[in-house]
Amino acid sequence: MKNEQIPLWNIFTVFAKVGAFTIGGGYAMIPIIQEEMERRGWIGEEELPDIVALSQSAPGVMAVNISIFAGYRLRGFKGAVAATLGSITPSFLVILAIAMVFSGFRDNPVIVRIFSGIRPVVISLILIPMVDMARKGCKTWWAWLIALASLFLVAFVKVSPIYILAVTIVAGVALAYYKEARR
Amino acid sequence: MIFVQLFVTFFVIGLFTFGGGYAMLSLIQTEVVVRHAWLTESAFTDIVGISQMTPGPIGINCATYVGYDVVAQMTGSPLLGIAGSATATLALMLPSFLIMLALVRVYRRFKESSMYESVMGLLRPAVVGLIGAAAVILTVDAQWQGVPLLSEPRLSVVRENMIDWKSWVLLAGAFVAGYWGKVSPIAVIIIGGVLGFVLY
Repeated sequence: MKNEQIPLWNIFTVFAKVGAFTIGGGYAMIPIIQEEMERRGWIGEEELPDIVALSQSAPGVMAVNISIFAGYRLRGFKGAVAATLGSITPSFLVILAIAMVFSGFRDNPVIVRIFSGIRPVVISLILIPMVDMARKGCKTWWAWLIALASLFLVAFVKVSPIYILAVTIVAGVALAYYKEARR
Repeated sequence: MIFVQLFVTFFVIGLFTFGGGYAMLSLIQTEVVVRHAWLTESAFTDIVGISQMTPGPIGINCATYVGYDVVAQMTGSPLLGIAGSATATLALMLPSFLIMLALVRVYRRFKESSMYESVMGLLRPAVVGLIGAAAVILTVDAQWQGVPLLSEPRLSVVRENMIDWKSWVLLAGAFVAGYWGKVSPIAVIIIGGVLGFVLY
């Protein structure tokens, strides 16, 4: 909001650049956003931790949330739209190109062999962030209980994750009111 | 109407994703593979692998790809596929957009409230379980016959993903390399592809 004159096109291209060079999810995006925006004087050093914290607590893709928030700070609603479209355009085009080409090659014997090796590896790449998150987020026995219960219910009883999350949020709100009332 | 279904599905996924792209995978998987049966486990695994290798957030990549694949397969038209990927991607972002614009005004108060800590303290472990469930579903197919807990589960390995013992060695090796070796996900996927070509 310090500078109403930043053209929307500039916001779009800067976030497109950030999107194009982010590989491996939202956290990889943070240092790139920081560099690009501080260099232009768009945000101060102390603002970024706030932006990241808010982006993590709102639902959705963190990288998109960061773009929405940062774009909003620059040019309000229009800035948020420009930043968001910018950050997803490169990956949208790359994925679309791959999807269109790959669907024709999926039965190719060489591709089948390559993906026979990739599939088990992908499962491990899902497990690694899970272990990291468990070490940070599960510090008590009841946290482990929640984690195991949600794994069990989704993987084996086929409960939709949406119900798990909805119940968790309601329980969290109820717990907050309960603690408040006891004080 | 497939576009309406895609829009609703990805809007709900966007609304309920907490904890980043990997948490989103379990939602996409349950909705797209289990509930709607738009894609098979192995087609979904391929999409996750490609989403990790290409630039951009993994959740967005995955939605873009799924949107294309589902519509293109169903209609046989690549052009409608493009419309499908745009539908899925925009629907995924719309809830974040609305919520972030609302939060941006009040977030300092929100972040320091006891409500925030209370909800996040429960959400974090729940999300850990969801991500674990995604990995389990891609590895084994578990189904209860009849009443859960009272009757025997039927467990079988997902054959397209875990072909034989070599698949399990690759899975374990990738975990060791990525977790303790800090090898980047892209390098892990490329090595996995090369080994797959050599071994199979």
